[in-house]
Amino acid sequence: MFLAWRELSFARGRFALMGSVVALIGLLMVLLSGLSVGLVNDGVSGLQKLPVSSFAFQSEVDKTSAFSRSVVDVDVAQQWADRDGVAEATPFGNTLVNTTTDDDVDIDLALFGVEPGSWLAPEATTGAALAGPGEIVLAGTLQDEGVAVGDVVTVDQIGTELEVVGFLDGQHTYGHVDVGYVDLTTWQEVRAGVRPGEPVPDHVHDDATAVAVRFADGADVDLAAADAALGTTSMTLEQSFGASPGYTAEISTLQMIQWFLYVISALVVGAFFTVVTIQRRHEIAVLRAVGASTRYLLRDSLTQSAVLLVGSTVVGVGAGLLLGAGISSSPMPFALEAAPVAAAAAPLVVLGMIGAAIAVLRITRVDPLTALGGYR
Amino acid sequence: MATRTGLEIAGVTLVHGDGESTVTALDDVSLTVAAGEFVAVVGPSGSGKSSLLAVAGGLITPDSGRVRIGDTDLTGLSARRLAEVRRTRIGFVFRSGNLLPSLTAVDQLRLPLTLGRVARPRDPMELLADVGMTHRAHRPDKLSGGERQRVGIARALMTSPDLLLVDEPTAALDRHRSQEVVALLAHEAHANGVATVMVTHDHDVLSHCGTVYRMMDGILEVATD
Repeated sequence: MFLAWRELSFARGRFALMGSVVALIGLLMVLLSGLSVGLVNDGVSGLQKLPVSSFAFQSEVDKTSAFSRSVVDVDVAQQWADRDGVAEATPFGNTLVNTTTDDDVDIDLALFGVEPGSWLAPEATTGAALAGPGEIVLAGTLQDEGVAVGDVVTVDQIGTELEVVGFLDGQHTYGHVDVGYVDLTTWQEVRAGVRPGEPVPDHVHDDATAVAVRFADGADVDLAAADAALGTTSMTLEQSFGASPGYTAEISTLQMIQWFLYVISALVVGAFFTVVTIQRRHEIAVLRAVGASTRYLLRDSLTQSAVLLVGSTVVGVGAGLLLGAGISSSPMPFALEAAPVAAAAAPLVVLGMIGAAIAVLRITRVDPLTALGGYR
Repeated sequence: MATRTGLEIAGVTLVHGDGESTVTALDDVSLTVAAGEFVAVVGPSGSGKSSLLAVAGGLITPDSGRVRIGDTDLTGLSARRLAEVRRTRIGFVFRSGNLLPSLTAVDQLRLPLTLGRVARPRDPMELLADVGMTHRAHRPDKLSGGERQRVGIARALMTSPDLLLVDEPTAALDRHRSQEVVALLAHEAHANGVATVMVTHDHDVLSHCGTVYRMMDGILEVATD
């Protein structure tokens, strides 16, 4: 530490330059983390808040678009409910629609069809819970856009009118669109494109998107066996996020950017300490000649790298949090949470240390003999 | 005191290179320096002067012969043990000081004490005063060549070594400064009872030394002129 500290303060310009690169990458990491969490919330928060353990979709449905392609018979729900370890199972409908409010405001909605009063039906924090056909309970965030209890939203093209009876607590979104809960029969008619007053074809009330399943507490349900018996394709709630539009592509893009940044940061740090170590070669030869052990030299250099990396990451993350607090209040899908931020910053330090360690290992190859003039 | 041996080199041979192009850097060299004695080794470049310092300092293990510092025999010691001997028993004074650019004069002296436990550490401030240094908070870039060399000498004495090895101390100094620095070395060697070997090109400073040796093609003999 004796030498490490004094070098940091002596060559502070050079170290500050290096530190600011790491700090900027740290800042970028915080913003990316916020964007990731924001996008996840925007994409699947409506699903995350469901009390569901797994969904049973149509057999062999495309797993990346299961919610828009799958059709199951509502009777399958009862068969699922009878399986061992399943507490409850009920039909669930999910479809994207364009609607217009009384005030001519266009609102895109993810219509979730549920049976009112069932375990799947949500609590309304404003207004009333869903009671029957023709009603809708909307995501709480829509209140900010001027929608109120008693308003009527009209489904475009077919003209179905839905009365807003209540609002949910906070953000509920699916595929970057706000969620609205309706009665399952209403959902079935909207999905089938049945206009109000028209006769409803027989099969319409038989269809749902999937069966929502809730396991009994601590139960371990064999999904594969149940699928085989009942002719469905199950996904756990987590897996079903991947069936939300764009979800997988967004997350993998951000993760790729993150990993590129980690690698870049580790390489830059490694290159910096390689240059520093090469520049210090004569100095290191002198230190070894006067009896400094390899352990002493490695410990000193690694302490220096650790101070630089941790210090600049903390500065970068701090700046990122400040900047992020500003972005959070904007309409961008952005949310800062402690765990993802820490998980994003930690590899920056760890990989940076690996880069620095590889660089400072050169110390062991410096021959103390070169400290003598005649051997230079 | 004068009977205590600081350095004893006996029948040391060192061959550089391998195969056809070998150079005998040290050819059956023997040299004994008592505690407090100050000897000089002169000779042309490539004559083996640096090799002598390297062997005496435990930086190279000779092909044959024996090196003893105080009561420690260097023969057969591991690289780790040799580093330990260098740290505790030997002081090095390098060409133009070889100070660390990031350390102030007083920190240059504290450094050897941070490398490990030292049996008889000296007080840095006292030692700086001894070598006539007043600019204690200055880094090497603010020190003159003579001052750097004074700090280098003081640094080498911090651990109260048995042996002081001095490599061309006047290479970067003018005549006047050279005299001062070598006079200081001679004084410190006597005052601290440390066996001192100085390798130099500079014949003007030899008047400060006890025995003067001449190195020629790896053979060491007492200079007669």
